[in-house]
Amino acid sequence: MKIKNILITFFSALTILFSTSVISLAKVVGDKIVLGAAISLTGKYSSNGVHTQNGYNMAVDRINSMGGVKVGGKTYKFDIIYYDDESNPKRAAQLAERLISQDGVEFMLGPYSSGLTKAIAPVTEKYGVPMVEANGASRSLFTKGYKYLFAVLAPANLYLDVAIETAVELNGGKGVKIAQAFEQDAFSQDVRLGILDAAERTGSEIIIDDKLPKELNDMAATLVKVKQMKPDVLVVSGHTKGALTAIRQIAEMKVDVPMLAMTHCDAAKLSKQHGKNSQYALCASQWHKTLTYKDDFFKDGMKYAADFEKEFGYDPPYQSAESSAALLVFKDAFERANSFDQKKVRDALAATNMQTFYGNIKFAEGGQNVDKPMVLFQVMCDSAGKCENKVVAPLKWASAELIHPIPKWSER
Amino acid sequence: MITIQACLDGILLGVLFALIAYGMALQWGVMNIINIAQGDLVILGGYIAYFMYLYGIHPAWGVIISPIIMYFVGIGIYKLVINKVVDRDLFISILATFGISILFMQLMNFAFGADVVLANSGYGTTFLFDNNVVLPNSKIFSATVSILFAICLVIYMKKSKLGRAIRATAQNSRAAKILGVDTEKVYAATFGINAALCGVAGALISITFTIHPYMGLPYTIRSFMIVIVAGLGNLPGVALSGMGLGVFEEFADYILGTEFRIGSVFLLLVLILVYRRFKLSRKREYLK
Repeated sequence: MKIKNILITFFSALTILFSTSVISLAKVVGDKIVLGAAISLTGKYSSNGVHTQNGYNMAVDRINSMGGVKVGGKTYKFDIIYYDDESNPKRAAQLAERLISQDGVEFMLGPYSSGLTKAIAPVTEKYGVPMVEANGASRSLFTKGYKYLFAVLAPANLYLDVAIETAVELNGGKGVKIAQAFEQDAFSQDVRLGILDAAERTGSEIIIDDKLPKELNDMAATLVKVKQMKPDVLVVSGHTKGALTAIRQIAEMKVDVPMLAMTHCDAAKLSKQHGKNSQYALCASQWHKTLTYKDDFFKDGMKYAADFEKEFGYDPPYQSAESSAALLVFKDAFERANSFDQKKVRDALAATNMQTFYGNIKFAEGGQNVDKPMVLFQVMCDSAGKCENKVVAPLKWASAELIHPIPKWSER
Repeated sequence: MITIQACLDGILLGVLFALIAYGMALQWGVMNIINIAQGDLVILGGYIAYFMYLYGIHPAWGVIISPIIMYFVGIGIYKLVINKVVDRDLFISILATFGISILFMQLMNFAFGADVVLANSGYGTTFLFDNNVVLPNSKIFSATVSILFAICLVIYMKKSKLGRAIRATAQNSRAAKILGVDTEKVYAATFGINAALCGVAGALISITFTIHPYMGLPYTIRSFMIVIVAGLGNLPGVALSGMGLGVFEEFADYILGTEFRIGSVFLLLVLILVYRRFKLSRKREYLK
């Protein structure tokens, strides 16, 4: 018994010693700037988690191979410590805590999804660790007064704003009748708030306003209402499940609506899974490879897409592009701050004003990027049934003309 | 017209749920096990149909292939886990199947990825009443297949030797054992049949809705509710309560809005349970 106690004490002492020695490990080791990230590599967000990680890795390799980050006359390379947050907000918060207090990370990259970013942000804020995130768009992230949170993407309430404005414009400036169905989660409800704002601003009327429960994958009832009430625009947001369900049931029930706008078409691989049935759907996107923004590292969207495909074997979704952009922002901020002092880096981040292949980046007081509009693309198919996403709005970057109204099912 | 549309939508949806509930009622009745992994077996069945679709086989064949594979998956689960908890407390079996459910979710996520997928059947649409009522043929197909499987199962239970043995075990497993029924085999077969039914339902769901590794729980809950409403051992009741709940759900959706759809079904469940208890308490007799 005595020996057992001695052994326990011995091992506890070793553990304490070991953990304190870990604490002394710093964020900038030798010529490396170590960033921390909790990413969903397993669990329900794992697909997008992997897209995020690939985006980060792609940018790290590119920046390192092109000379790294120059601070105080010395060149540093990026390195990232990843942990798997299992798509679980509690786990993500624990891991952020661990990255900061045990691994000694002083700069963080964001996780995937608004929910997980919301879980991590209070932790990074508590420790004063600057975090550049690329996958949390929920408006509530930017209204809490966080000082160390910066998002390279446009906030969720702007996702489908453009669609309503376009519909009103096509209607000769008069308000339109809107039907909407949104899942009951933070992100989709933020998109809904954006539509409510847009409706008020343009004098449009919301005639159907359904909230889809998370576990539901049947929206037949909403679509029957749409058939009866004939709105001008149907807006759906419910992540990939919502996009896939909507297209399937709209096609099956032959619902005719002049404009259909959605989120997550990219992630849902709409055109691949539904083929011609997804034709004419308008999709909100943070980025599209045909946009003509430029930077020194990835050149432009097309080049980025080609390089990404070479490296990872698939066309980059916007989740990867925005994740890569986060690293470019960090590099720029470190060089302007010319220091690794967290406060100075934070101030440099706040003063960011740059263009990347992903878009212009300039942060508002709340940390959201205000210099990059959302784009809308439309699924367009050729006669052979091959479908492609083409940017149709804003007009500045349009690579195809918007097809409006959507032809009736009986005429297709 | 909306009334007819809601009724038909509800019935077509309810029949599919009833099929899953049917399997749950069967093994709950026979083995006294509440299978939390029911929905995950459904999703696994769906993935089998989806993969057939990916390899160019029409997903409707999944209705035949998926139950065959799932039957053996069911037997496997029984041999590995369920046979160790079958005579134990109900709580233990809930825990065990909850564990299986988590394991299945993670394994499916690992094997198939976290993307939401579906299989396109290419079936068209049926229009009724001057195009005012619209029914996707895939839903009609799934309801028809569900009914066919349910009828076959009822006949099998009545006529076959194994079916009789299953029913005998459900009535009194000890007595059945004494009379020479190999209850161990009966349990394994029951679990296998349940998994096969889940396989059929899964294949149908991949054709009519969408599948995702983490989407199983709603199916478990729904079938649990249907069984509770119908009562154990009441197979026609399961079919009726499935359809009834389906129709009720659709109407709740039209009248109250989609956000109250699931809530109203739960409210109905509570009301039914309270009513049952009230009825029972009136029947209760006391020894003086």
